[in-house]
Amino acid sequence: MSRPLFEALRAAILAGEPVVLATVVEVGPEAVGATQLAAKLVIRPGHDPLGSLGDRELDRVVVRDALGALDVGVTTTRHYGPAGESRRDDVAVFLEVFAPPSRLVIFGAVDFSRALVEVAKVLGYHVTVCDARPVFATRRRFPLADEVVAEWPDRFLEREGGRLGPRDAVCVLTHDAKFDVPAVLGALATPVGYIGAMGSRRTHKERWRRLVEAGADEAALAERLMSPIGLDIGARTPEETAVAICAEIIALRSGRGGRPVVPLRDEAGPIHPR
Amino acid sequence: MKEILGAVDGWLMGGKKVAIARVVGVEGSGPRDPGATMAVNEDGEVAGSVSGGCVEGAVVGEALEVLAGSPARVATFGYSDDEAFSVGLTCGGTLHILIERLDW
Repeated sequence: MSRPLFEALRAAILAGEPVVLATVVEVGPEAVGATQLAAKLVIRPGHDPLGSLGDRELDRVVVRDALGALDVGVTTTRHYGPAGESRRDDVAVFLEVFAPPSRLVIFGAVDFSRALVEVAKVLGYHVTVCDARPVFATRRRFPLADEVVAEWPDRFLEREGGRLGPRDAVCVLTHDAKFDVPAVLGALATPVGYIGAMGSRRTHKERWRRLVEAGADEAALAERLMSPIGLDIGARTPEETAVAICAEIIALRSGRGGRPVVPLRDEAGPIHPR
Repeated sequence: MKEILGAVDGWLMGGKKVAIARVVGVEGSGPRDPGATMAVNEDGEVAGSVSGGCVEGAVVGEALEVLAGSPARVATFGYSDDEAFSVGLTCGGTLHILIERLDW
């Protein structure tokens, strides 16, 4: 049996290419006949859509909305009339978005980085470790990283920074101003969603001074730089610190950044706001 | 979806019929977000999950009916006064799960 839609979906997911699976999940009386429950479209940017929901105009509108959902990386359900009319709810279409994994770029090939690679891989990130010193930036030391790069942080970000977006993160763990400063400056020049830098309070103060001297905008630093890096959960070991960093990345990405993160026990209201 | 692809590949290569169950709607508190996917083959073997374990057993039953020839359906699980909702979620939410044959 051939399964052309599933094959296209499967290939895109395995290749890490963006794809949307649109599926009819409700059919009201007005749409019965043309549109069937579970009718599908597979939508990939730059390819013709595969499948049909039973109406050409409905297909056209759903493809448009699917590409919009892909841009923001959000799975959603949309409602339409039988021929794709808006403001009607005869047909509900589940738009399941498969976007490439979020990226985490770690500057500094240290022990804390090894632990951070491991925790980030559990969370599904595509992880790059970058260090200017080739003796440290080796695949043998970071077997789980997707990419290990021996390059100066500013050069790496000049080349790759354009590909980082709001779902991605940069962690600066070098502890050394001569690498930290170009890494943070380079990250600030990208729209990356999370920038964190490791160090004691003293290191943080000194790094802030050097960043400002090097031309960083203090308002942008105050808004975007998470330093010292991580949530205050009392982490000591590299592994615990990796959990504290990843928890902070998740909290910021899910919009918890504007208020303190506290135990659920001490809060009321929904656990998963929608 | 990604986590079930390996198992599904194996089943299809072995000539097994496969059903896919996907969370397509969540109301209230839910253990998994829309898109959580479980695959079931004609022998009742399972890959992936659609909840924290509360409704998987019932979903396997529905999937085997679909594989035996029943049409695709959206099953609803959750707390309700309606006796039709016989399988509950401990979290108090409601899950809508699309169950269909993998023949597309």
